Formats: sequence, C-alpha cells, structure tokens
Amino acid sequence: MKEVRLHGRGGQGVVTAAELMASAAFFDGKETQAFPTFGSERMGAPVASFVRISEKKIRIRSQIYEPDYVIVQDPTLIGSVDVFAGLKQGGLILINTEKKPEELKLKPGFNVKTIPATKIAIEILGRPIPNTVMLGAFAGLTGLVTMDGIKKAMQQRFKAELVEKNMQAVERTFSMLKN
Amino acid sequence: MKKVTEGLKAVAESVALCRPDVISAYPITPQTHIVEELAQIVADGKLKCEFINVESEFSAASTVLGASAAGARAYTATSSQGLLLMMEVLYNMAGMRLPVVITDANRAVSAPINIWSDWQDAITVRDAGLIMMYAEDNQDCCDMHYQAFKIAEDPDVQLPVMVNMDGFILTHAFDPIDFPSQADVDKYLPKYKPLDFLSANNPRSFGLMGGPDRYLETRYAMAETFKSITPVILKAADDFKKMFGRYSGGMIEEYRMEDAETVLVSMGSTISDLKEAVDTMREKGKKIGVLKIRILRPYPAAEIKKALGKCKRVICVEKAISLGGPGILAAELKSAIYSNANKPEVSNFIIGLGGRDVKQEHIFELVEKAEKGVCETEFIGLDKKLVEEMDK
Repeated sequence: MKEVRLHGRGGQGVVTAAELMASAAFFDGKETQAFPTFGSERMGAPVASFVRISEKKIRIRSQIYEPDYVIVQDPTLIGSVDVFAGLKQGGLILINTEKKPEELKLKPGFNVKTIPATKIAIEILGRPIPNTVMLGAFAGLTGLVTMDGIKKAMQQRFKAELVEKNMQAVERTFSMLKN
Repeated sequence: MKKVTEGLKAVAESVALCRPDVISAYPITPQTHIVEELAQIVADGKLKCEFINVESEFSAASTVLGASAAGARAYTATSSQGLLLMMEVLYNMAGMRLPVVITDANRAVSAPINIWSDWQDAITVRDAGLIMMYAEDNQDCCDMHYQAFKIAEDPDVQLPVMVNMDGFILTHAFDPIDFPSQADVDKYLPKYKPLDFLSANNPRSFGLMGGPDRYLETRYAMAETFKSITPVILKAADDFKKMFGRYSGGMIEEYRMEDAETVLVSMGSTISDLKEAVDTMREKGKKIGVLKIRILRPYPAAEIKKALGKCKRVICVEKAISLGGPGILAAELKSAIYSNANKPEVSNFIIGLGGRDVKQEHIFELVEKAEKGVCETEFIGLDKKLVEEMDK
C-alpha cells in the first residue's frame, strides 16, 4: 500500500486532488481511499488530505502518519506546517514553486521535486488552482496513477470543457517530470 | 456501476434510488451534505420527491413524521446536536409505528462544542424505539439504506430505522462504491404500501392519548415487535444478496474468531481498524478476533451469547460513554452472556471521542492492558500533559 499526504490551503482544491487521485487509481484497477483532515474548512486555512492506494482492499481508517509521498500545493506552508512529518527517509516531496529544490534549503534526507504549478495553472486554466497541475506532475514522477486513470477520473468529476483544459495541464506537467 | 464517491454523496445517491416521496431536513450545521446532495437531485428533476427545508431538526423530524403518517416514504438525515433536538419526535415516530428512515452521521455532543466523530449522539436515542444499524464502511452504509426502507416498511415491523455512519471517518471519505441500477432497486424495494394512513377521505388519528389503561399494552406490543424483527433483517439481507450478488447484512459479524481466546467487540468503522490490528496480532501468534455489532436495536443478544461462548477475554471498544455508568456496549454484552457456562473476562475502553484519531498502536495498547487484568471504562489515547493541566 502507498500512502500520500497533500498539503494546501482552503480553496486550492486539496480535497478534490485527493479525490481525483483515488478515482484515477480506481480506474487503474487499484483499491483506493481518500479523505480530508476533518476540521472547520475556511478559505486560506492550512488543510491536508490523504490518499491510500493498494492492490488489496483497504480497511484502515486512521489518518496517515508515515506517508510515502507528500504533495505541497502552497509553498508558504513550509515552516508553519511540518510538511515533512513522518515522511519516510528518501520519500518524495513535490512542492509547488518556481524555485529549484536546492534553492529551498530544506532539511536533507528527502527526494525534493518542484513544479511551478500555479504559474502553469494560470497559463492554461486561467485560474491559480494548482491541484490538477500537480496531479499530472505527481503521476509523471511516481507512476502511482496513470494518465488514462486521471482522464477518466476527470471525465467523471468535471464538465467536458474543464476536462479538456485540465488534461492539457496534466499532460504538460506529466511529461515535464516523467522519470 | 462502481465509482469513487464521497460517503455522504454515496448515501444521497442510494437514498434517491429508494425513491422517497418526502425528504425534510434542517440544512445547517451539524447537518451533513447528504441532504444538500438530495436537494440537488430533486432540483435537477432526477427524483420526484417533495423536499422540505425547515428551520430546525425538531421540525424536520416532525415533517417526516407527518409525511409518513400520510402514507409517504419519508427520509431525513441529521447528526450530533441535531439528532438530540429530534429526540422527542423520534419517540413519537416509533410509538406511532411510522417507517421513516433516518441517517445519522455519528458525531460528538456538546459541550465543549465538537462536531467530530463519535457515537454519543445516536447512543443517546438508543431507547426511543428505532431499529439501529451501524455501517462498517461506505458500501455497507449504502447497502443498509436499501435494506432499511424494506425493513422499516415490512408489515410486521412498521418502525423507524436509523442508519448510523461514523461522522467524517466515513461521511467524508472517498471509496469505490458499487451502485445498483434503478430498475433493480425498484424490484428489491417496490413502492411503499402503507397499512394505514391519514387521509381526508378516511379520517383517523395517530398518536392519541394512551392513558394508564392502554399505554402498557402499547409498549408491550412494541417490545413484542422488537423480538420478531431479526428474521426480517436477515431476510432483507438474503433478498439483497439474491438481487445484487453481495451479502451485506446480519445482526453481527465474526472475524477470525474460530479459535480466538480474545475477542474485540465494537461497531461502525472502528471494526475495520480492529480487523487490521487483528491481522497484525495474528501474524505474531495472538489468538484474537473481532465481533462486529451491526444491529444495536434489536439487540442481538442470542447471537452474541453464542459467538462469545468459548473465548477467554472480551474487550469492548467504545466511542461513547455513559458518564457515571458502566461501558455502554460492555454492560449490554455482559447481560447477553451472563447465562453462558463459560464467562469470559470483559474489559472496556473508551476511545476516539470527539474525533480523536484511532491509531493501530491504540488498539495494540488496549489489548495489552486487558491481558494484564480487567479494565473498566479506561480511556485510551489521552494526552497526559493536557490531563494534568486540566487537573490544575
């Protein structure tokens, strides 16, 4: 089982990103589970969401304390929220920033990757919502979900016009960070 | 069709497939978005139903009570304080034998103000005369709703059914959910035919005065009905399996209990966490299993008595508390097994109140404690520093 934690702020689509990732994995034939941190959701407040992806039926319902992967949709959270908490040594952390990983001066021991997701979102979607853009980058980096799965998940969740634009963004970042 | 859906949305879609005639709800906190989704489904013209927004949970319950008395298939959903505000009406619904289905997203009760997950709300209305079902996961929860209407409306039952799902843990989780087709649900759950109903053409009264000369008999009739509900619940599950291919039912469920010396007993989504922990403990050679209480009312005493006939130790894991009293699940369980020749030790632990996350290590900890000696209403997962501060 792989466990993912997503950090962001209320309004950045952190929960939708988790839902899309779970749905994509489901279309890929995997067992999945996604859920948000349970709080009083407010625009701008730090929020997190979680995804589990497994070959076997997922029973566990507790929060994720030792994620394999972390996605940070808002770099201003770093410092105020411990985005590294419990991340496995060498674990991947994908951060939405225009900076290069080494410029961020983060603590060592993790596989840090960056993507200018907000910039790409504004360019392609016309809105500063980085969630789907980061999902594409994450899929490219990890292969945990496929492009086909993401597309099907979006088709189920969004209207056709939104799917087209979001897939354009996903495809761009997927190939930018594909291993 | 199977798709990844949020628990609340999945419940709303399932309820819509049951074609309720009337839905009434108070739409503000602690309400969940089950009714928001249903309102949308009705507004989109996908469900022919009277959706009535009201100003309180008391009115919501009263509205569905009235609708049910008029012969409609009626539904409402609530949570936490909202359920408590419904309480008086719930007793009336049951007493008038009205087959309303209610979903409760199980959440804590104030004070302090807390809208997070535990079982306190529904446990508080345990004695009102509702059939009470507890879902382990969201598929289970959806399947329960199709069955709930069938059970409630059975001519031999005619009682409200409450489907309980853990707030947030289930309500806000996205899981793959298998939805049946409308045609199959229609076959499984045909249009509601009330035995009796209010009508201008056939005037009658429901819920009239029942003084000392007849109240006792009315309560006796309800108590007798509760004794005969189990076969109806089991048949609803069997029919469900025939129609939809999966078994989603039973009064209790036994997990890895065949040679278990220790049995963990609980309800709701906690069962999934317990099963996970049991698998880990089994790998280390511990003979341990899980007993799920799926139906709390009617209480499955006979099933529990049989299931716990051989084990040495029972551990009740509870997300509600009777302050100043014994563990709620533990007390009922002890009475169920009292006449067994083999009497296991019974420990009980309070866990996860007000949304405190239940971790696997908490489960290992409580098993270890119970193995050292019987524990009574012992809290697990306390922040010791905070407890000390509060002491001062």
